[in-house]
Amino acid sequence: MGRVFRHMKVNAAFGLLVLLALLFLALFGGRLAPYDPMALDLGARLTGPGPAHLLGADEFGRDTLSRLLAGAEASAWIAFTTLAFALASGMVIGLVAGFFRGPVDRLLMVVNDAFLAFPGLLLALGIMAIYGASSSGIIVALGLAYMPAVVRVTRSAVLSIRELEFVEASIVIGNSEVATVARHVLPNAIPPLTVLATTMFGWIILAEAGLSFLGLGVPPPQPSWGNMLASARPYITQSPLLIVLPGLCITITLLGINLLGDALRDFADPKNAGRE
Amino acid sequence: MLRFFLSRLLSAIPTLLIVSAAVFAIVRLIPGDPAQLMLGDDALPGQLEALRARMGLDKPLPVQYLIWLRDILHGDFGRSITMDLPVSDLIVSRFFVSAPIVLIALTLATIIAVPAGMFAAWRKDSLGDFAVIASSTLLLSLPGFWLGLMILLAFGLWLGWLPVVGFVSLSRDPGAALLYMIMPVMTLALTDIGSIARMTRASAITVAGLEYITHARAKGLSESQIVWRHGLRNSFAPTWTLLGLILGSLLGGIAITETVFTIPGLGRLLVDGIYARDYPIIQGCILLITFIYVAVNLLVDLVYPLLDPRVAR
Amino acid sequence: MNAKYDAAQQGTDAPVLEVTDLSVTIGPGGRRVVKDLSFRIGAGEMFALVGESGSGKTMAARSVIRVLPKPLEIAPESSVRIGGREIVGMAPDQLRRIRGAEVGMVFQEPMVSLNPSMPIGRQMAEALELHSKLSEKEILTRCAAMLDRVRIPDPEGCLTSYPHEFSGGMRQRIMLASVMLTRPRLLIADEPTTALDTLVQRQVLDLMVELCRENGTAVLLISHDLGMVSHYVSRAAVMKDGEAVEAGPVARVLSRPEHPYTRKLVEALPSRGPARHVPQAPVPLLAVNGLTVDYARPRRLLEPRQVKQVVHAVDLAIQPGETLALVGASGSGKTTLGRAIVGLKRPSGGSIAFRGEEMISARRGPSRAQRQHVQMVFQDPYSSLDPRQRVADIVGEPLRLDRSVPRSQRRARVEETCEAVGLGPEFLRRLPHQLSGGQRQRVAIARAIVRRPAFVVADEPVSALDMTVQKQILELIARLQEQYGFACLFISHDLGAVEQIADRVAVMEAGHIVEIGPRDQIFDAPSHPYTRALLDAAMHLGGAPAAARRGG
Repeated sequence: MGRVFRHMKVNAAFGLLVLLALLFLALFGGRLAPYDPMALDLGARLTGPGPAHLLGADEFGRDTLSRLLAGAEASAWIAFTTLAFALASGMVIGLVAGFFRGPVDRLLMVVNDAFLAFPGLLLALGIMAIYGASSSGIIVALGLAYMPAVVRVTRSAVLSIRELEFVEASIVIGNSEVATVARHVLPNAIPPLTVLATTMFGWIILAEAGLSFLGLGVPPPQPSWGNMLASARPYITQSPLLIVLPGLCITITLLGINLLGDALRDFADPKNAGRE
Repeated sequence: MLRFFLSRLLSAIPTLLIVSAAVFAIVRLIPGDPAQLMLGDDALPGQLEALRARMGLDKPLPVQYLIWLRDILHGDFGRSITMDLPVSDLIVSRFFVSAPIVLIALTLATIIAVPAGMFAAWRKDSLGDFAVIASSTLLLSLPGFWLGLMILLAFGLWLGWLPVVGFVSLSRDPGAALLYMIMPVMTLALTDIGSIARMTRASAITVAGLEYITHARAKGLSESQIVWRHGLRNSFAPTWTLLGLILGSLLGGIAITETVFTIPGLGRLLVDGIYARDYPIIQGCILLITFIYVAVNLLVDLVYPLLDPRVAR
Repeated sequence: MNAKYDAAQQGTDAPVLEVTDLSVTIGPGGRRVVKDLSFRIGAGEMFALVGESGSGKTMAARSVIRVLPKPLEIAPESSVRIGGREIVGMAPDQLRRIRGAEVGMVFQEPMVSLNPSMPIGRQMAEALELHSKLSEKEILTRCAAMLDRVRIPDPEGCLTSYPHEFSGGMRQRIMLASVMLTRPRLLIADEPTTALDTLVQRQVLDLMVELCRENGTAVLLISHDLGMVSHYVSRAAVMKDGEAVEAGPVARVLSRPEHPYTRKLVEALPSRGPARHVPQAPVPLLAVNGLTVDYARPRRLLEPRQVKQVVHAVDLAIQPGETLALVGASGSGKTTLGRAIVGLKRPSGGSIAFRGEEMISARRGPSRAQRQHVQMVFQDPYSSLDPRQRVADIVGEPLRLDRSVPRSQRRARVEETCEAVGLGPEFLRRLPHQLSGGQRQRVAIARAIVRRPAFVVADEPVSALDMTVQKQILELIARLQEQYGFACLFISHDLGAVEQIADRVAVMEAGHIVEIGPRDQIFDAPSHPYTRALLDAAMHLGGAPAAARRGG
């Protein structure tokens, strides 16, 4: 028991570190790069790691390390913005549905469920078909694609918390419905939403990389981990490192996010809240 | 029971209507003449006029939607701009390329992940449990397309065991087709094993702590009898629902896997359609994939009472 | 009929169960939750382990057939002998031949102790399939016969039904039937009726005793309920913190307890105090007139709209300062009536007047000023406090909405109120999860009385608490009423608590108030048959049911 518990702490610390690193890269990633990530150096085409290019260079001789850092900035920035967009809009709609219940709730839920009925990336692909590939397009597309999940979780948290006795107690002491939701319901809905936000952050990173890989995300030459994979694909035999490195970045990020999500889930679980 | 089935079936109707309206909206949201968009830039004026009349562009939007819906229900998804073929023929033939890959991958993932999750739950906190959690969390964190590229690199290029590019349809040469399917199936299955195993483990741990498991033990059942008779079915219920959802992520991500392994499936058709702005294709693909997804989840719901009879009340 | 039976004379030489120095630890060599427990049960004897939550009684019982939850283990030096064979260290396959065949177990929560996804017949058959050589057909016949024996209507139909189709009492009978099928020599019953209503509780217990007597089965009963133990059991051990502090014949242990803890437990049993005189005011504090409350089932697709009437045209008047107890089984509508009075559930007909002025009707809820005076204490102290608020904020929140208490005096009022409910200043900064159940209920009471209301609805305020804590909270409520003079509607299914605290009692059945009157009249000379049935089912200390005490 104790052994596993210590694992949890190490995991959470690793996840938190990854998230903080990502936040840092989102703000300063481009500035850390030793080279301009878009500067061509045809002499260094497809070279391996060396003193000039620490992690080698790509098919146009662009410095891989610089492109990975700039790619991190793009991915992280898109992920944070998309998450903020999906959370803000989803929470408002979920709160309205859970608060008013009745016909308003039913109408919102029918529409919401219909949007949840689009499998994963498909809704985003459809929106990208309208928008065309661009960074802001991804934010809107992924934001809209993941918003319905936020609506669901917010609404069900609000509905289940409303049933608890302390919410009734708040009404009995004279708080209005609005004050009750603001003071007692919403604060208690934060833990499940935090868990969802963490999970969703991982989905967004993954989806953005996938879209960019398809050429429907961050448009080249601006680097992102996903489009680096796509452009390196023809050179998979000559320079496998170009494929390995961006994927490794995505994997480490997702691993960190997933471990953090697990730790938060354990933390938010009422069973672990120290009842006894 | 009958009421449960009927109400579930009916509840899918508004979903499908809204979904179809959203797909219909794709073409109307893009600035420009919808008829022009549907026919592409090479359209002849006569064709344009004919299509405008057929789409009812002079009528209000809801009527246009109904006309469009009527055509869809008759199997008329329009003609592809780039390939000059009926969209319905294209999506159906491409569907039969994608479907076996997705189905085999999902089945394989379930067969591996459910026992692994059960094993981990029943030996919670053991080394085996830790191995299952660690590997499934790692698999969960691997981006599918990168994993695909890595598999391609390892088995196709370095070891040379499997064909790298290309595709053979099942009907032409089943043996070769299966050979070509190994890598994509492996990629899709591996990425889903993580989430299925974790879900099974979590729900099995919940079930293992319930009183009826202790009751079964107190009756004198052996541990394996308890797992198979009382544990499996009850802890499989949440996983069963998850399988429906995973199918969604498989279908949504199918375009990416098919791109990695150059498979001419439904996903690839959609992406090519997006590149070429071939709107009839885009609409057809999204509609078909979403319809399959809704239908599968409906099926998941309808079968659910077999796993947990409480929901059918 | 004397429900108690005793086979002690044969029990001494051939014990069915002999437990010696049993210790249960958390992990190998960890903290002990059961410490050096020893007891023996003779053939056909009924023995009880009595204690409050956390006393280790359940874990001791589970050790007997080694079904402890994960980190718990039996210490190796312990000895548990069933029919002379040592259980500790026994090979698993040998142990499985004893489980279910020689020792059966009935669990507390009938809602979760049957597998929800397996038909009842198949679950019942399992034990016989394992432990007998009967054919499948014979097994099914026996299952059906046993279900009939425990008075389940349509036993054949029951075999193919699922557990969720039955009520809690029915499930507990099914459970009993399934365990008794193999005619075990020992039945372990872990709080078998705690989750059930008083009337049902009595029926299930009587049935259990009958079945055990028929089959010569000895019983190890785990219970917190001294009344029940004194009623059914011949010998008992009282447990506290994992140790048996006192053991012996029940009659002796409960009438002349030797250990201070046993004495405390016995004293914690509610008892009737002298009747108070409540002056009649010209206008009742609260008048309920023809109140009707409906619940509309959530509307589902393809279903006709269903409305269930839970409270039918109830009339009730409460005087200032008095305590009116509302008694009834679960589903009788007593909680709904209480919720309607505090304005949580809008009635569909009738009205409620506060100090002669209309407060609640189908069209209106209470005004803010009226809300100040009508407060509520909820049943579950675990969910009635916002887990994110500190005690001072929970108790102080009502004051923010009360203009009569200036901001500067709020803190003093909170401290004074907490002091009054027995919570010192050190509690003010704590969060709910840092408090025990009793302390939480004190916080909930402080929140209800901080604005000095005239009326408090207390909905089962002690039913989630341990006996000794129940006693303290009941005394606290009485003392606070004395001090602040509020009237109280005390909703409870527990006749003991009602007898201790109520001035008047109203008995509710299926949405109607069937009888109302002064406490002594209701308890000593009930007129309605339902009231009589409830009183007869209650188990008082001393073994004799209330009816016998009344002299018939």
